[in-house]
Amino acid sequence: MAATPTLESLHFKNRLYWLLLAAGGLVAAAGMYAVHMMESHGHIITGMNNQIVWGMPHVFAIFLIVAASGVLNVASIGSVFGKAIYKARAPLASLLSIAMLVGGLTVLMLDLGRPDRIIVAATNYNLRSVFAWNVLLYSGMVGLVVVYLWTMMERRMNPYNKIAGIGVFVWRFVLTTGTGLIFAFLTARQAYGSALLPPMFIVLSFAWGMAVFHLVQTSIYMWNEKEIDPSILSRKKHLLGVFVLGSLYMVATYYFTNAYFAHQQGFERFILLDGGIYPGLFWWGYFLLGNIVPLALLYAPGIRRDRWAALAALLIILGGFALLYVFIIGGQAWPLNMFPGYEVSSTFADGQISAYSPSIYELLFGLGGLSIAFLITTVSVRVLNFMPQDKPYIAD
Amino acid sequence: MSDMDMNRRNFLKTSVGAAAVAIAPGMLLYSVAQGKSEGASSKVRWGMLIDTNQCKPGCNDCVTACNNENGLSGETKPTDSQWIRKIDIKDISTGREISLPMMCQHCEHPPCVDVCPTNASMKRADGIVLVDKHRCIGCRYCMMACPYKARSFVHEPLTGQNPDVPRGKGTVESCTLCVHRIDVGGKSACSEACPNKAIMFGDLNDANSEISRKVHSVASVQVRADLRLNPGVRYQGL
Repeated sequence: MAATPTLESLHFKNRLYWLLLAAGGLVAAAGMYAVHMMESHGHIITGMNNQIVWGMPHVFAIFLIVAASGVLNVASIGSVFGKAIYKARAPLASLLSIAMLVGGLTVLMLDLGRPDRIIVAATNYNLRSVFAWNVLLYSGMVGLVVVYLWTMMERRMNPYNKIAGIGVFVWRFVLTTGTGLIFAFLTARQAYGSALLPPMFIVLSFAWGMAVFHLVQTSIYMWNEKEIDPSILSRKKHLLGVFVLGSLYMVATYYFTNAYFAHQQGFERFILLDGGIYPGLFWWGYFLLGNIVPLALLYAPGIRRDRWAALAALLIILGGFALLYVFIIGGQAWPLNMFPGYEVSSTFADGQISAYSPSIYELLFGLGGLSIAFLITTVSVRVLNFMPQDKPYIAD
Repeated sequence: MSDMDMNRRNFLKTSVGAAAVAIAPGMLLYSVAQGKSEGASSKVRWGMLIDTNQCKPGCNDCVTACNNENGLSGETKPTDSQWIRKIDIKDISTGREISLPMMCQHCEHPPCVDVCPTNASMKRADGIVLVDKHRCIGCRYCMMACPYKARSFVHEPLTGQNPDVPRGKGTVESCTLCVHRIDVGGKSACSEACPNKAIMFGDLNDANSEISRKVHSVASVQVRADLRLNPGVRYQGL
């Protein structure tokens, strides 16, 4: 496999690199076009409305931000717990974290009704608002990870690596807690308002971040015509599997506890049984394709190739999108329970399941955020050395 | 006194005069724009008492009055603003039907104000919950947090606005309790428009006001009282 690169193969890769860049740039440009359309026409051109106030852009943004926090697990296991094979991968994990944070934040900011007032958000803080905390948590995270990368990539800064690693480790727990709290504080909506959400988001971040990391790592190894050491691959696969099981446990607990409360049973029926697209996405998308199939690919005996693990990672990512769609949009589609014990109707969709169909602009916009993360990663991996450098002998 | 001194004195006089002429109109406009100098008083708590027994099913007069007063289109697509709406409810066990208007409940502890990242959602000293249209960034978190779904987001560019009620594309808005009328001694348009006088507007803090006396003498409830937000809008006959 590890053939000596020829002139032809290098030319080919060079062209492929520019092709990837062009493709990513095209998607980002399409996203910018969607933003321009939303700016001039308003949110009317999206599928969002006064009932479903957060839509497809938020699914993309929250996935990127949650995965950006989780991908740093690789770095933390290296820097905080001192495992050599993870330490070798900490720079790549940090790069992915920055790339996904920037992509996710771009989507979140440009989806605002008035993105031109970003300076207002940066200068007026309501300290009771978890959104205001998150503005600080997200931007602080980018800064902290840049410092952390610096301590790894600049030899003179190496002594500060441990302390920066611990800082990142603590910060990302707080950050994902903050993301979960956005929903946990919504006491009036049946889908949210649960103290289980912050820890659930943290464990989900482990699985999604690890899956993104694994997918990118496999691509980089393939690009360099290398294969991951089987012992390292097996450890990574095992860890990814444990994270997937852990997150499935958290999601199951969240839905089970809800199903136990009589006043929540209507909502649970809607999400898990008769709510149209939502049960379909939950069971087929999240549960089967996002958990069961990847677990089989990771643990079934005889499947040892890294390509299968990469496919498992891809499915975990797609399952994550399915779960977030169900959680964010399905959660808003279910009506507020203002008058328990009454049938309710009005001109403002009270008592009704709200309909939502994402427009092409929203989709382009979300994909634009994804492509920003892709472009940052692709260019950085090309110009700097992010290829994991394993030692000949692995002590731990 | 030398010529030079005189010149200097004249120069200073002219300068001061010119400066005064330049600044005065601005100062005057500034004081006009500021309007009344005193702000809202915390001694007052504006609120409404809604008698659902008097509210006729099918009657939409309060909604129409609100739309006219605040320059809303009156359309009811999912993307249109509705500051007040009529809700019809039917008791599942008894079949009893009730019709009532629903709008911002002007809570004492408003969740929209808690979650707003920029302090654009705010509660005035007199209990009116408002959105500062210059500060709202359009994140819509307040819409997620409101238990009454009282808020709307402006999805399209607006035309033909009422100068007293500024609105803006990309910002969130809701019932202001007709604050522009209250500040000149008036009351909310919906309460004036109701043909059955089902909506009573007034100061809940004033023991002698009609609304206070009524709240003390008849049974009334707050919607979602379990959330302990202490809304300023109460319902009778629920």
